[in-house]
Amino acid sequence: MSLLELQSVSRRFGALQALSEISLTVQQGELRAVIGPNGAGKTTLFNLISGFFPPSGGSIRFDGKPITKVNPASLVQQGIIRTFQITEIFLSLSVLENLRIAAEVAMGVSHRPWMTRALRTRIDERVQELMHVVGIGSKADRIAGELSHGDQRVVEIGIALSRSPKLLLLDEPTAGMGDEETQNMTALIRRLNKEQGITTLFVEHDMEIVFGIADRITVLDNGTMLAEGNAHEIANNPAVQAAYLGQAA
Amino acid sequence: MKDDMTSTLAAPPAPAAQARPAMRRNAHVGTLLLAALLLTAPAWLPYVGGYDDIASRVLIYALAAMGLNLLLGFTGGLSFGHAAYFGLGAYGVGLMLKYVTHNVPLALLCGTLLGGLVATVLAPIAVRRKGIYFAMITIAIGQLFYFIAIRWQAMTGGYDGLTGFSRHAMHLLPGVTWTLGSTGFYYLVLLCFALGAVVLWVVLHSPLGHTFVAIRENQKRLTFLGVRVQRYAAISFAISGFIVALAGGLNALLDNFTSPNSLNYTLSGDLVVIAVLGGMRNFWGPFVGAAIFVLVRDYASNVTNNWMSVIGLIFILSVLFFPLGIMGFLQRKKVEK
Repeated sequence: MSLLELQSVSRRFGALQALSEISLTVQQGELRAVIGPNGAGKTTLFNLISGFFPPSGGSIRFDGKPITKVNPASLVQQGIIRTFQITEIFLSLSVLENLRIAAEVAMGVSHRPWMTRALRTRIDERVQELMHVVGIGSKADRIAGELSHGDQRVVEIGIALSRSPKLLLLDEPTAGMGDEETQNMTALIRRLNKEQGITTLFVEHDMEIVFGIADRITVLDNGTMLAEGNAHEIANNPAVQAAYLGQAA
Repeated sequence: MKDDMTSTLAAPPAPAAQARPAMRRNAHVGTLLLAALLLTAPAWLPYVGGYDDIASRVLIYALAAMGLNLLLGFTGGLSFGHAAYFGLGAYGVGLMLKYVTHNVPLALLCGTLLGGLVATVLAPIAVRRKGIYFAMITIAIGQLFYFIAIRWQAMTGGYDGLTGFSRHAMHLLPGVTWTLGSTGFYYLVLLCFALGAVVLWVVLHSPLGHTFVAIRENQKRLTFLGVRVQRYAAISFAISGFIVALAGGLNALLDNFTSPNSLNYTLSGDLVVIAVLGGMRNFWGPFVGAAIFVLVRDYASNVTNNWMSVIGLIFILSVLFFPLGIMGFLQRKKVEK
């Protein structure tokens, strides 16, 4: 069953055609990588899907419903959660406080002007669960801004998971990480996809990671879709080799 | 790092967590100590050269600055227009007592509602802007009421201010009367201050308060969690408006007078200075700031007309050496130990 469906989606910024006529389908439970050189339109694609801005043309369907011009807050309600290229967390709060805010939002209790013991217990349970899933429990009381970049990313994913996403959009989840952090992040992404069944779309530059974990790969170049397929197909696609892998090799 | 991702899954929170209850206990002890000091203030104040009215003034400014600080320090909204709600509270109380009732609690309630409801109505407009534009729009809205007070002479007394009302004794029960002399009034102020502080404390420790802090920290993140940030910022603005209006009402009672200056943006600026001076990330910071501000103003103005220069100097030194305010500085010292 397809979860996300883009039909001839375009986006232009003034004279710049950032994306043109992109059509792609992501199946339920899929782990999909989006790759392409800088400026290919990967982040623009994420911004369109997450409702950051609407497409100039074409249509987007999610879970059977049209979401072409729906605002980000409603998309979050429907289950589309994203992380950003630059980590967006609550930097001067502790890890626990970061996840507590996320849990309270997800539980729909953010407006409660006083805390009760029962409510605190429910919130704490959810927070512990989130820390458990992403494995950041040992750093619960550390200030998020003082964590390593990799751990901040993990916190961000914990925040995203609080909303029980149907579709997780990860914009360069391993950017700026060392080898070990990258491995851990990759393992986490794969684990969330396989164990929790979260359909995931991620932008990544590291080909080893992409070929290692993605079910399917979408290649963008210059705002157009160059190719789509599994690791084997993409690696052997002459157009991709010319436009993208060729430079790297 | 690799170990952290896997082996810590079931691990209980590390030792840092144990430091928390101890810190919380210290905070409770501090609060109890403060309560004891404030409750006994009329008894010990004369020995340190103080008097009841100045203690009332400290509490009133502290309440106003703590109310403002819900928006400023905890939600991240710099308002230079909160004098409007302070002044509306003051005029509300004055007008009620002068024309409608001699019931002080009822007048206080009306003044608080007037200022608070105006803040509630204007908040959604102000929070549509961010940063410096938000500050500008709060000034503009605030000054509106200043000019109304000046122009509507028949009702407000114009530049001369509103006089002709006083603190009538409160008849609580048949035979039980709370007279509002300096000491009696101090305890009314203390009661209102405690009420305001409890409301703020409860809100800040609730999910709503956590949401306010999250707004200060990262609006983008919150938006993409599905939170309508402006709505929550407006709620913070409104609550702070009610608290500031209550303080304004008490201020009118303290002086038996209120002037357009209680609506002017210089007072808004004073409240911001008080919060920043004391420490706007700390719950009691504005209280400490208010104590310094009011006492320095009182003593320095006996010596020189330029008491503002003294406050200004203290403010500059504080911003240079304790950018987190005095309470922020003390808190950090404790953590470093």
